[in-house]
This record gives sequence, structure tokens and C-alpha cells, in this order.
Amino acid sequence: MSFSGADTMRKRNSSRVSKRGSARGSERGPERIAERGSALVATLLSLFLLVFVGLTLYFFIGKQMWFPAPINAFGRDLDRQFTRTFIITGIVFFLSQVALAWVIFRYRENGGRAASFEGNNTMEIVWTTAALVMFVGLGLAAEHSWAEMHFRGASEGALKVEVTGKQFNWLFRYAGPDAQLGRIDPRQITESNVLGVDEKDSSGKDDIVTGSLAVPVNREVELTLRAQDVTHSFFVRELRLKQDAVPGMAIKVHFIAEQTGKYELACAELCGLGHHRMRADVLVMSQPEFDAWLVQQKAEQ
Amino acid sequence: MTTHGATTAHVHKAPEGFIWKYVFSQDHKVIGIQYFCLALFAVFLGMTLSVLMRMRLAWPGVKIPFMSSDFTPEMYLALLTMHGTIMVFMVLTTAPQSGFGNYFLPIQIGAADMAFPVLNMLSFWTTFVSLMVLIAAFFVEGGAPIGGWTAYPPLSALGSIAGPGQGAGMTLWIISIAIFCAASLMGAINFITTTIDLRARGLSLMRLPLTVWAWFVTAILSLLAFGVLLAAGILLLLDRVAGTSFFIPGGLVVSGVVQSQHTGGSPLLWQHLFWFFGHPEVYIAILPGMGVASHVLATFARKPVFGYRAMVYAICGIGFLGFMVWGHHMFISGMSPYSAFAFSIMTMAIGVPSAIKTFNWLGTLWGGQIRLTTAMLFALGFVSLFISGGLSGLFLAQPALDLPLHDTYFVVAHFHLIMGVAAIFGIFTATYYWFPKMYGRMMSEGLGKLHFAITLPGVYLIFMPMHFLGMAGHPRRYADLTGVAYLKDLLPVQQFITWVAFATIAAQFIFLFNFLWSLKFGQRAEINPWRATTLEWTIPSPPPWDNFAGHEPIVYHGPYEYSVPGHAEDFIPQNQDPASVARSLASGVPGGVPGNDARLKR
Amino acid sequence: MPGTVLTEELEISHGGTGGGAGDGRGDDSSGRGGGSPSELPTRIYQTGVWLALAAIVMFFMALVSAYIVRKGLTDWRTLTLPKILWLNTAVLIASSITLERARHAFTHDNESGFRLWWSITTALGFCFLAGQYVAWRQLAASGFYLATNASSSFFYVLTAAHAVHLLGGIAALLYVLIRGWAHLRRRNGIGAEVAGVYWHFMDGLWVFLLLVLQMGR
Repeated sequence: MSFSGADTMRKRNSSRVSKRGSARGSERGPERIAERGSALVATLLSLFLLVFVGLTLYFFIGKQMWFPAPINAFGRDLDRQFTRTFIITGIVFFLSQVALAWVIFRYRENGGRAASFEGNNTMEIVWTTAALVMFVGLGLAAEHSWAEMHFRGASEGALKVEVTGKQFNWLFRYAGPDAQLGRIDPRQITESNVLGVDEKDSSGKDDIVTGSLAVPVNREVELTLRAQDVTHSFFVRELRLKQDAVPGMAIKVHFIAEQTGKYELACAELCGLGHHRMRADVLVMSQPEFDAWLVQQKAEQ
Repeated sequence: MTTHGATTAHVHKAPEGFIWKYVFSQDHKVIGIQYFCLALFAVFLGMTLSVLMRMRLAWPGVKIPFMSSDFTPEMYLALLTMHGTIMVFMVLTTAPQSGFGNYFLPIQIGAADMAFPVLNMLSFWTTFVSLMVLIAAFFVEGGAPIGGWTAYPPLSALGSIAGPGQGAGMTLWIISIAIFCAASLMGAINFITTTIDLRARGLSLMRLPLTVWAWFVTAILSLLAFGVLLAAGILLLLDRVAGTSFFIPGGLVVSGVVQSQHTGGSPLLWQHLFWFFGHPEVYIAILPGMGVASHVLATFARKPVFGYRAMVYAICGIGFLGFMVWGHHMFISGMSPYSAFAFSIMTMAIGVPSAIKTFNWLGTLWGGQIRLTTAMLFALGFVSLFISGGLSGLFLAQPALDLPLHDTYFVVAHFHLIMGVAAIFGIFTATYYWFPKMYGRMMSEGLGKLHFAITLPGVYLIFMPMHFLGMAGHPRRYADLTGVAYLKDLLPVQQFITWVAFATIAAQFIFLFNFLWSLKFGQRAEINPWRATTLEWTIPSPPPWDNFAGHEPIVYHGPYEYSVPGHAEDFIPQNQDPASVARSLASGVPGGVPGNDARLKR
Repeated sequence: MPGTVLTEELEISHGGTGGGAGDGRGDDSSGRGGGSPSELPTRIYQTGVWLALAAIVMFFMALVSAYIVRKGLTDWRTLTLPKILWLNTAVLIASSITLERARHAFTHDNESGFRLWWSITTALGFCFLAGQYVAWRQLAASGFYLATNASSSFFYVLTAAHAVHLLGGIAALLYVLIRGWAHLRRRNGIGAEVAGVYWHFMDGLWVFLLLVLQMGR
């Protein structure tokens, strides 16, 4: 990084190298064998590090296993930021691991004398600044995605759905024709009224409670996340969206799904013994299909 | 506990009798070995739990060997909770700090013992009680808790109605952690006082070995962090047993039962308190490893640590910033998105001292005469693991990128590499390096290298693929892959990891064998087998009970005076008197690197 | 809970009051760290007690910040603090003054004065704890139990935690008293000094907690 520093070191090394030649020529016997053993270990470790770097980069650059394709603008944004971060960390990873492999091989014990420099302030300042700019810069570059998701609410026309996590399934509530969700009263929870929608609240009469989340394609959806017992987490990998559903809180998130299909919602916060099977289908469909689906759900209720 | 303290308080001379020498010993060296043995037991226990977990992940129908019942999801979660708790508290916190720190901090600063020997003995036995209480959680009704080592309420606060193990097991877990907090606080007071007040004459702060700096800063972190965990634990316990509502909100319905006694508490409050402790805890685990790695790299590269001052500042910087980044564990928790932004920038900034350390390690090796002893191999492995594990932190520190990755195997990979395996490599480095001093015998280098040759590739093959599991959306803490449809494709990866884990764990028995065999049959160790500079290498192996046999060492040199130009030997012990150094320089071998004499003027 | 904290506290005060811990190796460490032989034990106990206080501050700061956060939530009920707390506070502040009188007597080599004022300080400490107990009874009589509301929960937790720490201080005071004058003289009064630092700190901590509870009701 700092060329002046590297230059001084090269000069110092050159005096060492000439000494090394003479040491090699004159010594024989056990010392020599130990030296060869040391060389073997150094070579193997360096090779291992190179193979490790190669394999890691092969898997990351070749995307042997990767995220599923995103289905929203936010997801595509994040993938770009992931790539940016990967390029920077990948370069640092490559350079530092290869440098480690190189010094292990290059400066293995050979009976000579080590250099004795103790540090270099210029180099310290250069790499501290470089690291600071790089790391904080990366952090700032991701900020607009975060702001897009969390610093603004959903727009007016967004479809509102309430999502409730409970041990160990997800429940979704649509407001029905009156566009109003009824109040919740935990004491009224029964087998048939799983969410405890208040019987006395008229706006709750037409609420539709479902076991899977259907949303119309290309329309903004605003979810209100709640939890009935312990903390759960709403995670749909194709939306690149994860948000805890915390008891006592109503947390809002929003997204626009741009591709129809069937996806999966998985719980991502440890919620008890059934955590691994706490899932639900996420169905993205056209608006007419969605309307029909909602009617059908109402009828089944 | 107090009674022991009272009875042993009047021991003036070297202790006699088995009990006072080896059980309730006040000798920091014996206590260090006691901590080490406790951690050794705990690490093999934690490892056993992890291999059982891995078996269930790979083959969901598998049974636990020697057990008749089915391997249920709740058993998996109990193993997971106990694995995390045992490894974080009983291994990563005890071995590098309380174990090796206890043994070598007083010696490296030229002291006869810790400042408060009785307190030291008490902190070990308190830790021991804590471990016993934790293990007892396996044997109570409902078994061990299933809420993870982070114990998030309400799951951890509601009692057995929230799941098996959340009853008596969870209560014991909290009590165990509270006891552990008390033990750690006692230890921290001792470490800091000793470092501040008992340094040998001439041992200024900038002449301390980096190991001492790391233990010192770690102790400060412990001092400030464990009190917070204790407070949080007390509140959680009251929520469970006294019906208070610190963390439990109102209107909860668990298994169809309305929890009417609670109102208005905040689950996020626990997360803030827990991670205010939890993030410094990460550095409590890794800082001693950094210290040992720096120390061993310099010794076996036969070179001064590159940028010693920068290394010291980096250790302090990491310790300081470590208290300001806890929110990065909570990006998806429902915490204010604005504070997430602030925590994110602080977290990115903490990467800077970490980067400084990495560069300085490379600078230390550059131009050296690298001798690849087993200790050195593990130190080099530490550097490699630290780089690999640290860089994935740059993804997780960005709140937006954390959204898809949080609570997935990507995080599991990240923290295992940097906090788990890297810290364990630090412990291995310390063990191979200091074994000759502690037991007066050398460990087998051949077996050590075999151990390393399997372990380093092993841990990489276990944890690198986990990044891809995480990116494919595999949430962590899943008992198996049968519930969520898209996980079925990932099963072969989990099976592959399990097979590698078998091999890697088998290799740890090579270490155990080497350790035990060398205790009895290892080659006798000289005073200074590694030709190192610090004070522990100036006294016999093993050291006498009062370390310096009544002679206080006087320190004239910095900790890493290797390959000083013109000096015949390629190292100068810290306590070598300047006159003999001058004589040696006068008659020294020619041909050294010129222009570096300034270093002797210190 | 209290047991744990208590153990911790007793150990700290035990080691910190110049008793057991230093008797072992502390004495044979002449010349270490550049300090003179007599200086050394003093230094470690001073350092130790301040570090213990730092840990205690973090513990109480965690509770107080939890208090502030929890108070911002919906179901907080205002708590009327029992009047006797103000009397207790006066007692505790008085104990700090008598403690200083005792230390003054020590520096003037006045054994009986030291014993008198030191005993009064200890007695005032017990009075304070008794007063706190009365305060709890009064609060319970007015219907505020531990689990009634978060405001009362925090009241009991903060006062109990302080009481447990103060009990550690009383143990330290008693320890100095029991070890006696000759021992204290021999050790340059370090026991009295460390116990004093701890006691004043517990006094200040109580005033701080009372202000938090009063203003945060």
C-alpha cells in the first residue's frame, strides 16, 4: 500500500538475501534437515492457503450456491450492494490471505538472521485511512436501501395485511370490504376465532383470516407484524425481507412483489420446539386472481 | 465460599497438603491450570453436544447413541442452547483469560502472584459452581432450556408453558449465568489491579507484552460488561418467579392460555441489555487470542512486533468501540431504524483497528525467519481465520444487507470463524507455546502438526459452506430441514458439513492424547526452549511457587527485542542488564542491519 | 439474587478491607513495581475498591437505564414514595459524617474516639436498613407489591440491590471493628480507608437512586 515503506523493506531484505546464500553453502548436517522439514511445512501451509482462497473465490464468483432471484426492486438493490461489498471484501480477502501464504513461504527459517524493523508510521496511517474510508464508505453506500425500507411508510393505496406469528404457525388477516381491521381481544381467542377478533367491534365482522399470505403482483403491500406469544420473525428470501414480530409491538414493513408465483415464508427467530416447521406459503398473483382468492377464503371461513 | 476464604487467609509460606496445594490453592499458577482443566472439560462437552446436533441436522431420524428415546426437536434446541452457553462462557471466557491469563500475567509482569490470591481462588470456585449449576439443567424436569444462549424473552420468561426446558432448566440457566457474572467480576478486579500495581521495576506500560495488554483490556471489558448481564439476569428471573413485567408485554396467549398477570413489558429491553454485555463479550473471547497470536508470531518470526504502539492502540480501540456497537445484533428486532444507522457506522469503524492488527501481523512476519513450530502454525491459522471471519462482518454490519442474512447460517459461519474457532486457535497457540513452561516438558511436535493439519482445513470446510447455506435462506436454530420446502435442496451440504465435523472432532483427540502423553513422557523442557524474551522464560520450567524465588526482576528492555542488529544472540530477554548487552554488542557478529540502534536507548 | 450479589460483595469487602487476601503474599513483595514495601498493599486495596465500585456503577446503570426505558411504556403507574425514605437518607448521610469523624480520630491516634465513631457509623448503617424495611412495609400496605406495576417492581429491585450492597459495606465496617486497633495501625489504616471509600460511595449511590425514583415516579 505504501510504496516508500515497501521500498525500505526491500532494501533491507536484499542485504539479508546475500547473507542467506553464504549460509546455505556452508552448512550441512542436522541443521540442513531441519531446514528442509521447515521448508516442507511452509510450502504445504502456503499451498493450502492458496487452494483455500481459490476455492472460496470459485464458489463466490461462480455463484455455485446463491440467493434465489429477487422478486422486488429492494431485493435487486440489496443484491447490487452485496456484490459491491463482495468485490471489496473479496479483494481484501485475496490480498491478505495470499500475502500470508507468501510471507510464510518466502520468509521461512533458513539459518539467516531476521530483519529488525519495528514498524512504519506512514504505512500505519495509510492502511488505517484506507480501511476507514473503505469500511465506512461501504456502510454509507447501503444506507439508501435501508432508508427506502424503513425511513418511509407505505403509500396510501397499499394493500394492508396483518401478520400474526404464534407457536407454530402464521396467520394473516385482511380487512374485507370496509378496509378496517377489527380490534383484538386476547381473551376471546377460541378454536374458531384464532386471533381473538373482538365480537363487539363491527369493523371486525368482515375480516378474513387465512393461513397463507396472498398478495397482488405489482401493488404495494403493507404488513403489520404482531406476535401472540413469543418473538417470531417474518422472512421471505425472495423479497430479501426479514423483520421480527415482537409481542406487544405492531411493526410495519412494506414491499412490492413484481413476479407472480409461490414462495415460502420461514420463521427466522427461535420461537420454541416447532421453530423449524413454522412456515407459510406466500402467493403472488394477479389482481383478479387475488380478488377471487379472497372471496374463496371468505367463503371457507 | 466465604469460610474457605477465612481459613486460608493466613497461609504465609508455600502451602502444604493436597487440599491447599491443588484444590483451594491461592497460587495463580494452580488456579490458572484449574481454569484450563475446567475449560478443557467444558470444550469437550460442548463439542459432543455440537456433534449430536450435527447428526440430527444431517439425518433427522437418527437416535442419540446410548439413549432409547427419539431425538426430538426440543432435544436439539436444548443441545444448541447448552452448546452456545458452555462454549461462550465456560470455554471462550475462561480458557484464554482466566486460564492462561491467570498463569502468565503475573509472571510476565514480574509479580509473585495476583494482587488478591484469595479472591482469585474464590473466582475459580464460583465459576466451578456456575458450571455445575448449568450442567444440572440437563437433569431437571423438562431438561435443559431451548431458548438459545441469548435467552430472548418472552420465550425465556414465560416458564414451561413456552416449551420444555423453559421451566426449571431455564431458571437454573439464569442462576448459573448470574453466578458466572460474579466470578468474572472478581477475576476482572484482580487482573486489572495486578496489572496496574504489581509490575516489576522498569516495566512501563509500553514495555508490556501484547499478551498482557490483551488480558488487561479484556479484564476492563469484563468489569464493565458483566454487571450489566447480572442486572438483566436478575430482572429476567423476577419476571419468571415473581410475576413482574420487565420484559413480558400484556395480552400474551401461550398454548391457548391468556397470561393475564403480565402487562406492558418490553422484550427489546432485554435485547439491549443482553447485547450491551454480549458484544463486549465477543471481544472478551477474542482479544486474548490476538495478544497470544501477536506474541507467538514475533517469537517465531524472530522479529519485533510490527507497529507495537499501533497494536496497543488497536486493542484499546477495539475495547472502547466494543461498547458502542451492540445494536448491530438488533437490526431486525424492531429497534428504531435511525439508531440502526448509527450502530452500523460504528460497527464499520470497529473494522479499522481489526484491519490494523491484520496488517501489523503481516508486517511482523515480513522479513522474518519463520520457524514453523506447532504454536506458530496455530498462530498463523489464527490470522487466516481472523481475516476470513472478520470480512463477513462487513456484510452483516450493513443493516440493509443484514435483512436477508440475519439469523441465517451466514451469521453462524461468521461468528464461529471469528469468535469461536479463531479464539480456539488462540487457545491452542497458547497451549503449544506455554506447555513447556507450565509442565516442564515439551509437547510432541509431530502430533501437534498432525492436529493442525487436520484442524485448519477441517474448520474451513465446516464453516465456509455455511455462508452459502445462509445466502440460500437457511435460518439458524432449525432442528432439521423437513419443515420448510426450499431447505430440502440444502440437505447434502449439511451432511457434508457433518462428515467433516466428525473428522475434525476426531483430530481433537490427537490433541488430548498429545497433551496427556506429553505431561508424563514429553521431552524435558529447558528454561527457554523457544529463545523468547519475556520474563516467564527467565525462570525454571515449571516455575517455583513464588515464581521469582524472592528475587524481583528488573526490566530494561521492550518485550520483543528480537534480532537486534549487532547483538550476538537473536533475542534480548527483558531483564538482561544493559551492561551485558553492551558487551555483547561490542563483540557481536558483524553484518546486521544498520541504522536501528535507536531501539536500545529506551 | 441477593445471595449471589452478597457473596460477590463479601468477597470484595473481605479482600478489600485489608484482611485475608493481602496477608498471604502481599507482604513479601517488597520493592515490586518500584513502590516501597509499606506502600504496596495500600495501593492494591485502593485500586481494588475503585474497580469494584466501577463494576457496581455499571450494574446500577443497567438497572436505571432499564427503569428509564420501561417508564416510557404504556402501563406505568405513579408511585408515591414512602416519607420515611427521606429520614433514611438523612441517617445515611449522617453515617458518612460519623465515618469521617472516626477517620479523623484515627489520624490523631485516638483509639477510643475511633471505636466510638466507627461503631456509631455501623449502627447508623443498620438503622438505614431497618428504615428501608419499614418503607417496604408501608409500600406493601398501600397495595404496591413487587409485581403490582413496573414502577413498584423497580422500586423494590433498586432499593433491595442497594441494600445488599450496603450490607457488604456493613460487613466491611464490622470487619475493621473486629480486627481491632493494633491491626489497623499496623496496616496504616488501609482497612478503614477502603471501607470508608466504599461506604461514602454507597451513600452517594443511594442519594442518586432516590433522585431517580423521585423524579421518575
